[in-house]
Amino acid sequence: MNPKAYKYTKDHEWLCPEGDNKGKMGLANYAQTQLGDIVFLDLPAPGTQVEQFKKMGEVESVKAVSDLFSPASGKVAEINQKAVDEPKLVNEDPYDAGWLVRLELSSPSELDALMSSDEYDKYEAEASAEGAQ
Amino acid sequence: MKRHYLLPDISQAGRIGCSLPHLDVPSSELPPEELLRQELGLPEVSEVDLVRYFTALSKLNYGVDTGFYPLGSCTMKYNPKWHEDVAKLPGLTALHPYQSEQSVQGALQLMYRLQEYLAEITGMNATSLVPVAGAHGELAGLLMVKAYHQARGDKARKKILLTDSSHGTNPASAAMCGLETGVVASDARGDLDLKSLESMMNEEVAALTLTMPSTLGLFDPKIAEISQLVHERGGLLGGDGANLNALLGQTKFGELGFDYVQLNLHKTFSTPHGGGGPGSGPVCVKENLIDFLPTPLVTEDNGRYSFMSPPKSIGKMADFYGNFGVMVKAYAYLRSLGPEELKRISEDAVLNANYVKEKLKPHYFLPYDRTCMHEVVFSGKKQKAKGVATVDIAKRLLDYGLHPPTVYFPLIVSEALMTEPTETESKETLDNYIAAMIEIAREAAENPEVLRNAPHNTPVRRLDEARAFRQLDLRWEIDHQKK
Amino acid sequence: MRPKHRQKAHNRERMTGTMPLPYLPHTEADRSAMLREIGVSSIEELFHDIPERFRNAEFSLPPPLSELELKKELRQLAASNSNLDDYACFLGAGSYRHFIPSTVEHIIGRSEFSTAYTPYQAEVSQGTLQSVYEYQSLICQLTGMEVSNAGMYDGSTSAAEAAMMACSVTNRSKVAVLATVNPTYRDVLDTYCRGKNLPLVTLESGSESFPSDCACLIFQQPNFLGYFEQIEAYVQKAHDVGALVIAIVEPISLGMFRPPGDYEVDIAVAEGQPLGIPMSFGGPHLGIFACRKEYVRRMPGRIVGRTVDADGNPGYVMTLVTREQYIRRGRATSNICTSEALMALAAAVYLATLGKRGLKHVAELCYHKAHYAAQAIDKLKGYSLVFPQPFFKEFVIRCPVPPSQINQVLLKRKIIGGLDISHLIDNGMLLCVTEANTKRDIDILVETLGSL
Repeated sequence: MNPKAYKYTKDHEWLCPEGDNKGKMGLANYAQTQLGDIVFLDLPAPGTQVEQFKKMGEVESVKAVSDLFSPASGKVAEINQKAVDEPKLVNEDPYDAGWLVRLELSSPSELDALMSSDEYDKYEAEASAEGAQ
Repeated sequence: MKRHYLLPDISQAGRIGCSLPHLDVPSSELPPEELLRQELGLPEVSEVDLVRYFTALSKLNYGVDTGFYPLGSCTMKYNPKWHEDVAKLPGLTALHPYQSEQSVQGALQLMYRLQEYLAEITGMNATSLVPVAGAHGELAGLLMVKAYHQARGDKARKKILLTDSSHGTNPASAAMCGLETGVVASDARGDLDLKSLESMMNEEVAALTLTMPSTLGLFDPKIAEISQLVHERGGLLGGDGANLNALLGQTKFGELGFDYVQLNLHKTFSTPHGGGGPGSGPVCVKENLIDFLPTPLVTEDNGRYSFMSPPKSIGKMADFYGNFGVMVKAYAYLRSLGPEELKRISEDAVLNANYVKEKLKPHYFLPYDRTCMHEVVFSGKKQKAKGVATVDIAKRLLDYGLHPPTVYFPLIVSEALMTEPTETESKETLDNYIAAMIEIAREAAENPEVLRNAPHNTPVRRLDEARAFRQLDLRWEIDHQKK
Repeated sequence: MRPKHRQKAHNRERMTGTMPLPYLPHTEADRSAMLREIGVSSIEELFHDIPERFRNAEFSLPPPLSELELKKELRQLAASNSNLDDYACFLGAGSYRHFIPSTVEHIIGRSEFSTAYTPYQAEVSQGTLQSVYEYQSLICQLTGMEVSNAGMYDGSTSAAEAAMMACSVTNRSKVAVLATVNPTYRDVLDTYCRGKNLPLVTLESGSESFPSDCACLIFQQPNFLGYFEQIEAYVQKAHDVGALVIAIVEPISLGMFRPPGDYEVDIAVAEGQPLGIPMSFGGPHLGIFACRKEYVRRMPGRIVGRTVDADGNPGYVMTLVTREQYIRRGRATSNICTSEALMALAAAVYLATLGKRGLKHVAELCYHKAHYAAQAIDKLKGYSLVFPQPFFKEFVIRCPVPPSQINQVLLKRKIIGGLDISHLIDNGMLLCVTEANTKRDIDILVETLGSL
């Protein structure tokens, strides 16, 4: 189940607003399923400036490399070191323990460009149907 | 097989696997202590234990001599035994690359003839045998493209166009030349989309590189138009010759408009693949690129053979002259074929692929339903919809004692199964493979679990690749050794 | 370069229709049956995508030979080469004549190894995969480095790939190489660096400072001229400015001399040919490539790792494959795909056959024989040993006459002399002595040189 309070991108990432203009982001369940066993995370160092929908890192599974895009602009406040050390957390618990980056958002209005969970549920269903064709 | 063990497990202090000569000169003073090694942690193994160990390992392998090996894009044809015998002649192996040219005339003659034959077969003007693998030949090709434009003062051309079905080595080679890449789309037939090329082919493009036939196993009938467009706009047309087997004796890269083509002698010219090499990746060029070829080339003057360096050569690309040992086997192969025989090879290669295509079409999704060349690409998506992935089909084939096709490539076909039977396989062999694939399609529908857990009767079961990645174990350590 | 004349296409009837081609098992009945299944009337039809005007190209090739004829032709061709089994050879400079135990050829000649390809299907490739794991382990033991890949093309391209890797690790674009590195290796480095637009700086051995903007320092130990570089202080300087240190080493020497892992090297590369691989007129050879563990994700080439199968039994797979071109395409660590896998197997079998004592013994034989030869030549009138530093199996002598003349005389006495390096050192010759040279060979060499 995709959490109701989160916002989603077309790249199957989520952002969870946390107040104080901060937000955590991670991979949606669909993305981790598509990638399979995740084995390596290349996340931006804290302090890095990131831009909405621009590449900020990489996620590697056994046989694929996927770019990680930032769901919003701002600065990297913190990365989930536990997930870096044990990337399978992203497979096991993508919405909580497997979060990736905490951002300090520079323009919170950008979040309007993201999908609500209802919108994303539909988007995900379409993506799944396409994949199965 | 016995329990799993490694070299340190059969090591005992005081053993050795061969005899060595005694020192027959007076010993000299040793160098300063700080240059000397303290400890050398190599195993100590007897000859019999060593031979048994590696013999046991060899039995865990599957090669062309074991059975059908339809690994697409790799041309796993049978390698005649006598080629191995001639390649071992001491007059061809016990040669130092820096011996005087007069003392290696035979070797140079062989290289010269091979250059000539390859140029003739591809319709090109000259060949450099230096590149030692396909990707190395691609690198040579792109370095020549770069040098060619620079020599003409055309500095804006920094982009290589390639297709979305290209080998991964193509963009990787471009990156090694500091060139950007642009991806031209394929059309609904699986050919290059001419409109896409039209819109991308500008004054920044140094070359378009094409695999011919494509990695979909298809020959693009628009090749003349493609070549014309690329050349009109100042670019060069480069060929990835990985699939030359389909064209042997039929047509020539040079006549199709290619400026250069890189070959894989280990594929097309039947040298064993060695578990991942050695290969040989000569590059053949038209007149306009001769001066840029990697050095050295072999030239002939009144029956004397010698090395020469082209005037604007991109330079040296390897220690010496390429993989001579592989050239000898390819030469033996080529020399046993004339124009008619070459043609019969590509004919049977294409016949075999089309036969497999027709027989499996009712059972697997065929994304491009047209005559194929030397290989056919199916998609496992019918089976995927039932929860069986292409990897499961591949692993199940192992249970039938067959090597699977190339899977998940080319990237533009989802769940791709790329089958290249090659011409050396009999109808019986193909029928056996087809029967196994049909049986697997039935299993996928009726008993998918058996596929998802496959293989069942190989030396090991499916391996935990995620664990290999996460808990890197890339070597045994010295403390693995017994006292 | 181009043919002066071509033989006419041979008469087709010579073989076709009379004898089947052994490479093709189909009978005419098979072909007809298959065409029927496909639904076409001729094989020609299967080629209809090739435009008519490009079909039926003329191929001007000599008439085909049978196995019998071709074996004879190749035997004759081989016999016209001066095969070093019949000569005393003192030539080295990057390709070496060493003793190859018979175990090597027999094991790599097993067609289960030689006719397989890249082990994409791990379950039926454990033989290849486990032997690569052995190879990686043996190379780590030999070099003292933490990780090794499964092998590269050869020594020079390994050095070039190491330079590319150092640029990627350090985010710098300049490569520094010592002038005493094998000139061929520097040529290959130059080709690769020009390709990627990376400036290549050549530093004199014994330079005072190391340029602070370089990604790496590349040196050879022992160097091209045979002697050991005093390198520690310079390695420190390179590290102080954040550059990686790349050593090109000689694998047999490591049986006796300090391995690169002992002197703060970040990447060690080597020509692996001395480890059980014939000279083969320059290839196939083998590139050894090992580095510190922290850089393993930046390494080019294949890497095999140990894991377990679904039943928990040990097994081996290719790992860290996301570095490679078939996954990461344009952003891969290298374009390398097919390499020299069978040669890596040869090196593994060689190292295991000789083992700890054997390799040390071979290294010592090389050392003592080379020194015996060097001392004897140094005593000859008109000859001198050029460098006083410690060396292993190669050394430079200054000759009284041009080395090319000397080599002509030696050849007549069935001796292949050293490499003429008179373009680097006046009348200089680089000689190599290995365990394959007997005392008698050396004595004849010395005597012949003395007689000139």
